[in-house]
Amino acid sequence: MSDFPTSASCVVIGAGIVGNSIVGHLAEKGWTDIVLLDKGPLPSPGGSTGHASNFIFPVDHSKEIVDLTLDSQAQYEEMGMQNTCGGIEVARTEERMEEFRRRMTSATAFGVEAYMLTPAEVKGHVPFVNEDVIVGGFYCPSVSVVDSLETGTIMRKRAQDADALLVFANTEVLDIETAPGKNKPKVTAVVTDKGRIECEHVVVACGVWSPKLAEMAGATIPLTPAVHQMADVGPFDILVETNQEVAYPVVRDMDTFCYERQSSGSMEVGSYGHRPILHRVDEIPSNEEALLTPTEMPFTPEDFDQQMEEAIELMEFLGDGEIRYAINGLLSLTPDTAPVLGPTPEVENLWSAAAVWIKEGPGVGRLLAEWMTDGYPHLTDPHGADATRFYPPQRNVHHVEGRCNEHFIKTYGITHPREQWESRRNVTVGPVKARTDDLDAFYFEAGGWERPHWYESNADLVERYGVNKSRTHVWDADWWTPISDAEHLHMREHVGLVDLSPFQVFEVSGPGVVDYIEHMVVNKCDLPVGRSIYTPMLNASGGFRSDLTIMRMAEDRFRIVTGAFDGGRDEYWFRHNLPGDSSVHFENRTNGTVTLGVWGPDAVALLSTVTESDLGQEAFPYGRVQSHLIAGIPVDMFRISYVGDAGFEIYAEACNGMALWDAIWAAGANFDLRPIGAAVYGTSGRLEKGYRLMGSELEDEYTPVEAGLARPKVKAADFIGKEKYIEARAAEGVAQLCVLSFDSLRCAAGYDRFPVGAGNEPVLTLEGERILDAHGRVSRLTTAGNAPSVGKYLAMAYLPIDKCEPGTKLQVMYQYETYPVTVEKTGADLAMFDHDDARMKA
Amino acid sequence: MMRVLVCVKRVPAPGSRINITDDEQDVDTAHLGFTTSPHEECALEEAVQIVEREGGEVVVLTVGPAEAEEQLRYAASVGGTSFVLVPTDGTALDPQRTASIITQAVNESESEGGQFDLILFGNESADSAGFQVGVRVAHALGRPMVNGIKGIEVGESTFTAQRAIDGGLEVYEVPRPAVLGILEGINLPRYPTMKGRLASRKAVIGEAPIDSDAGGLRRVRLHRPEETVSQTIMLPTEAAAAATAVVDLLEELGVMGGES
Repeated sequence: MSDFPTSASCVVIGAGIVGNSIVGHLAEKGWTDIVLLDKGPLPSPGGSTGHASNFIFPVDHSKEIVDLTLDSQAQYEEMGMQNTCGGIEVARTEERMEEFRRRMTSATAFGVEAYMLTPAEVKGHVPFVNEDVIVGGFYCPSVSVVDSLETGTIMRKRAQDADALLVFANTEVLDIETAPGKNKPKVTAVVTDKGRIECEHVVVACGVWSPKLAEMAGATIPLTPAVHQMADVGPFDILVETNQEVAYPVVRDMDTFCYERQSSGSMEVGSYGHRPILHRVDEIPSNEEALLTPTEMPFTPEDFDQQMEEAIELMEFLGDGEIRYAINGLLSLTPDTAPVLGPTPEVENLWSAAAVWIKEGPGVGRLLAEWMTDGYPHLTDPHGADATRFYPPQRNVHHVEGRCNEHFIKTYGITHPREQWESRRNVTVGPVKARTDDLDAFYFEAGGWERPHWYESNADLVERYGVNKSRTHVWDADWWTPISDAEHLHMREHVGLVDLSPFQVFEVSGPGVVDYIEHMVVNKCDLPVGRSIYTPMLNASGGFRSDLTIMRMAEDRFRIVTGAFDGGRDEYWFRHNLPGDSSVHFENRTNGTVTLGVWGPDAVALLSTVTESDLGQEAFPYGRVQSHLIAGIPVDMFRISYVGDAGFEIYAEACNGMALWDAIWAAGANFDLRPIGAAVYGTSGRLEKGYRLMGSELEDEYTPVEAGLARPKVKAADFIGKEKYIEARAAEGVAQLCVLSFDSLRCAAGYDRFPVGAGNEPVLTLEGERILDAHGRVSRLTTAGNAPSVGKYLAMAYLPIDKCEPGTKLQVMYQYETYPVTVEKTGADLAMFDHDDARMKA
Repeated sequence: MMRVLVCVKRVPAPGSRINITDDEQDVDTAHLGFTTSPHEECALEEAVQIVEREGGEVVVLTVGPAEAEEQLRYAASVGGTSFVLVPTDGTALDPQRTASIITQAVNESESEGGQFDLILFGNESADSAGFQVGVRVAHALGRPMVNGIKGIEVGESTFTAQRAIDGGLEVYEVPRPAVLGILEGINLPRYPTMKGRLASRKAVIGEAPIDSDAGGLRRVRLHRPEETVSQTIMLPTEAAAAATAVVDLLEELGVMGGES
């Protein structure tokens, strides 16, 4: 074994579809000295790729996943590894037909050809389907079956042909060594049973084994091995006669969580309908111990019986087929169902490429290679799959198993965009939760935090403000209450108290902090103490990485506030970019901080009763941060508003949180103070003001110019993304963020619908064509919601410049029906309420 | 009409590496599936085929833990007609004890359902491979027994059984009732159909609580031999270079004669 390398630029561990795709793309991006390792034999080393059913349904409600899937299909096609056979999802219930209408909406948004089918039409495509048990179908002609093993071989060969890659199968990784790096441990070497390889980068592409490999380096990849049962049944003449691997469309029997996929003369019947069967990594047998392969675990037929019965209902002939092969196949599940991609937060240059389906494999390979080469991915903004998105309580096996036990059954399930988890709740709560509990808060989870979304104790406001009490369609009414609109109007007339403790609060300090913070964000931060900055934070691409509020607390100290959903990614990025010379200190203060918000016309008057400080505009202007006492509790008050009314964010030590709440609450009795939920704070309040939200309006593929967030001048200091930012400012505009109002919400059935704004609802021309800008980006709703003070149902969307003009008439598709909309606003000022900010600055 | 008994055993289905429990008394089955010994799968298939031709019933018997019900239901899914589980506490029984239990079970079954025309065993079990139980049962029942069977023909009052030997076949004629030990390869066992599997869930599993004294054989401990790690060396594809490489290797191994 003298040819075993002692050094490499990058060691990729795992030769499944993901690892192979990564080495192929790294070589294409010019990397050399890559080493690919796997403990199993090639071409099928024993991971999940080897037993995959290999079919690809491209439609998903997530743009990120669709981007990865469509790119993967294009790559499989380019390699000649794709058989486009079409695929049909069949419905046995009306609820599923509704879901198909949502799928049609997503298909329209993301440009995937799709059709709704009658049972007879389904039978026309798949003659052996029993049309009596179904009510319809969703047909996607571009569904394909791919050869993922051969694709992996081609990817490896491309890298080998470029002299960029050495491959070692049957080579077990024993350790991943680290040494102190700039700000945290950095990978230095991979130790195997064949030798030790010093390296700059390590990619963990080990599927179900990934957590174990990450742990060797002291990092976490939150996923669990989970069973997906599959049986190969046959032979059947009708399939044998086709003389093809796949002649008939793949059928997904969505309401029984089953699929039937032709495999030459037999049928692969797979199920996600059985009980969740999760394994620990240590329970997976080795290649030598396993009867088949490590991830083809012993079949437990009793778990599959019900699926068999249901499969026979749909395709009667299956009953006579012999079960020739049946496995409890292992695949990777994550707490939120998305992959785990990108740098791990704990170890520098340790990359995760895990929990990826066959349909995303080559796309993930490209994405990772771009990320590792350029510092950011080009293919799509992977914030939903970013390995750093999880907080520490979410990165361990307890959380992973808790959530996966809950969502396994939803693999083919119908999930509402607002739907909340039942498991692993109340793990992370703010300091005033006892008080919000007393007020009957209904909590939504925000990045693991319990955040009041509305308060049942405000039910009386529904009558008082005469808001629309009900929504006819159950989908619109799910996870919604009229109380939110009432809370909104009450805040606009009186005053509201918001628990903002899930805010992620960081502090950076030290002699080098000014240079550091200027380097991190777009807008100038070197302002006098007590000033605040709202600013984009960019990738080197010039696209959004985050948007932040930064307060200068002292000459050498800044406070950074970001949203509950973005704290993990933002903390990673701030720590990653620390200078490494101890001139800047980073501290996450979230858990030690209570954050309350008080807004409304009476906010200043109310707070003036609990502090002796002067809160008037002159003494305490908008945008400023000042330290005061509230009921004797030291607080930092920040005069700002995300909701469009005067008021403050109030920060204090967590231990003073209850007393702070109680003092404000007691004083509020004279002002009819009400608690206000995040439905107002995060949607209706901000939407009326046209404020953008990270992950909705703000994504890597759009620039501050397009989001209407570019300042008149560019600061002198250098910052990440500056070059691209300047280019974007100089370039002729292609698209611009706009606010739209619905001219009518009336559906064909004669009642009003209420679009969710989940990112998959396309904006269409009056002719019904989907709208792409010159860069190929599709116009779709990024947010939608009621604007009670405006009296309209509003939405936001990026539109091509020629469609941005206020007054332009367009349509929006929601659940496969179209609704007329009018462009209301574009550019920097998207406010539909209080245009001159007079209320906020009162 | 034929009444055929097939005796099967629940055995682990390991890969190439078999782990042994810390007390060295058993195979570590923590992450293993279980199956029926391959010889017995063939015995069952043979029984089902005989009954399909001749009519009758296939009784399937196992002595094992409660989980061995899985193997009986599998037998139901491929054509078995009735099923008897003699429950044990899961510890391995010695062959004498197993044979004694089976003999009692046969006697009980025959007193109720009539004599078995044919009792089939696998040639040996896949795990302990004692090669004894079938012979002991046949001896206890006073019936003829041939092992290593690769073919059976059913006659009026006899069975003609073929046994594979090097380069040919031995043919035996045994009177009914008889006991035969079946070798894998006699047939290609069918797979269960989905309908068969579903029907097997409704199969009634009879329980026969029978025990017997331990026999003389004691397991002292299990031992796994040192793993031999073989190394594959790829020879050059060009003939002369390949020959040179072989010669080099033989020299390295010191098996070449002559001066060195």
